[in-house]
Amino acid sequence: MGTVNLELSPARRKARRRRARRRYLTVLLFMSPWIIGFLWLYVYPMFASLYFSFTKYDGLLGSPRWTGLTNYRFMFTHDPLFWQSLRNTIWIVIVGVPLTILLGVGTAYVLTKPRRGRSFYRLAFFVPTMVPAVAASIAFLFLLNPSGPIDTALRFFHIPRPLWFQDPQWSKPGLVLLGLWGVGSTMIIFLAALLNVPSHLYEAADIEGANAWQKFRHITLPMISPVIFFSAVIGVIYGFQYFTEAYVIAQGAGGGTGPGSGSSLGYPLGSTLFYTIWLYQQGFESFHLGYASAMAWVLFVIVMACTLVLIKSSNRWVYYQGGFR
Amino acid sequence: MGLLPGGVPVSGATVSAPIVRTRRRSAEARRKDLLSSVATHSVAIGLSAMFLLPLVFVVLTSLMTQHQSLTSDLIPHPIQWSNYRDIFNEQPMLLYGKNTVIYSVLATVGVVLSSVPVAYALGVIEWRGQRAAFLLVIATMMLPTQVTVVPLYLIFVKLHWIDSLKPLIIPAFFGDAFSIFLLRQFFRTIPGELVDAARVDGANELQIMWHVVVKTAKPAIVAVALFQFLYCWNDFFLPLLYTVNNPRIWTLSVGLQQFTGAHRGVLWNLQMAASVLFMLPVIILFLLAQKAFIEGITLTGVKG
Repeated sequence: MGTVNLELSPARRKARRRRARRRYLTVLLFMSPWIIGFLWLYVYPMFASLYFSFTKYDGLLGSPRWTGLTNYRFMFTHDPLFWQSLRNTIWIVIVGVPLTILLGVGTAYVLTKPRRGRSFYRLAFFVPTMVPAVAASIAFLFLLNPSGPIDTALRFFHIPRPLWFQDPQWSKPGLVLLGLWGVGSTMIIFLAALLNVPSHLYEAADIEGANAWQKFRHITLPMISPVIFFSAVIGVIYGFQYFTEAYVIAQGAGGGTGPGSGSSLGYPLGSTLFYTIWLYQQGFESFHLGYASAMAWVLFVIVMACTLVLIKSSNRWVYYQGGFR
Repeated sequence: MGLLPGGVPVSGATVSAPIVRTRRRSAEARRKDLLSSVATHSVAIGLSAMFLLPLVFVVLTSLMTQHQSLTSDLIPHPIQWSNYRDIFNEQPMLLYGKNTVIYSVLATVGVVLSSVPVAYALGVIEWRGQRAAFLLVIATMMLPTQVTVVPLYLIFVKLHWIDSLKPLIIPAFFGDAFSIFLLRQFFRTIPGELVDAARVDGANELQIMWHVVVKTAKPAIVAVALFQFLYCWNDFFLPLLYTVNNPRIWTLSVGLQQFTGAHRGVLWNLQMAASVLFMLPVIILFLLAQKAFIEGITLTGVKG
């Protein structure tokens, strides 16, 4: 390439440089909405919240006052609700993400089997995903209420009937059920992955006399492992930001006297107090802006760490066709 | 609904099969096929019931009297259609609906208008630093909302945008990482010859984007618009954050949540009616545009 450049006359080189500059100007023009948004909605707020996290900044009319690591020290040593919210969040991620993947693969696998009626089943499995989170939460508040349909069904089969959102032991499992109801979007990705597995691999395995489990374990699983990885990363990133369902349900089931009264926070007994709910309470109900910023950065570091661990572990269990990435 | 479709061909095939040995073997194979078909459909029907019954119970309860909705009855008796009228008296549903539509439509327009050129620059034009820029766009998706929310809130306070829909709508006009990602993935599948041919014909990038890429990528743009619309329709955290003190601009999400928080477990029938009204538009939208939705979701799982 370099030698070709040397042979060009100065005028042509100039023209080429001008073209390159014009191209960059065009790119800049096309990228400009994102560039402005990136600076305004990401870069500045990130630095500002990092700064706020080292300050005491109470109330919208107040101003930040540098206090060093005080917010972080308080969080780790004097705020039991920080730890409780973190424990609850880790619980929902560790239980919810694998179950979602398992059910996603399972339902997608079921969908690959029938020769007829597949589009009906796919529709049935997928429709709950379309239900807005607030509506789905209100629906489950009703379905799992002590005289609701699930309770009736469990009584019919003489199965012990938990109080779900009224019982600190069962509130998180109730939320997991709600999450699994919306497994459809995960399922669709797995369905595409399953249908993409080349059929000659299965035919070869059939010739060698492999049984169904062996085929699943040694062909299907490796072939869909990139999608499992993708779902795990997305699940962890969004799982740590779990908010809407828990907020709606705690307020709808709780014993307080009105929204924002604080008494329904994490109802029952703080069992649904998740990280972002405590952060929201601190930041936008108590307006401890510095403390909320510190919590946000701790969340960010935790999410990054989990994502990195997943990525690091991925080359041991994720199989990439053609070996790129 | 196609229950046990394997049952039909068995009897029909035995008549036409010419050789006895093959017939017996194929009958056995068919019995096995039938059994596995029964098993598959039983599992699939069971799962369908588990996914659909919650919706059935919600609809049934939305037609009950308030008294009956507090009992463990499953079937409404009598059927009280008036719940669907009463909810409009109980809650300014039309106002919430209007706010939700304003937010969803304007934000969707904003995201599509701003994300298409960015995706074009990242997927069609070739330039040094493109890969790094693309990774930066992706990286913003990984950033938890909470990291930026406090300073953004303070900016919107200074701009006097709090308690209006502006903080929800205006940022949508500055590109959305997920939409950019999705569009870029699709743009890259457009054959380079199409773009090059247009360039040779003397079209500038804007013309190529509009006449070649946007026209070819219509399904992807529809999918992005649908996703964004749905996202806004469902959105709760940011509408709660920015509008909670002004009930005049609550979206359906915020309005229904506040309604539920204020009437804990006493107005199940009206809450279910409101939920049905809230989910109906997006379910209908999904049924109408099922293909675009599913293709779009599948596209997110594709690496590029």
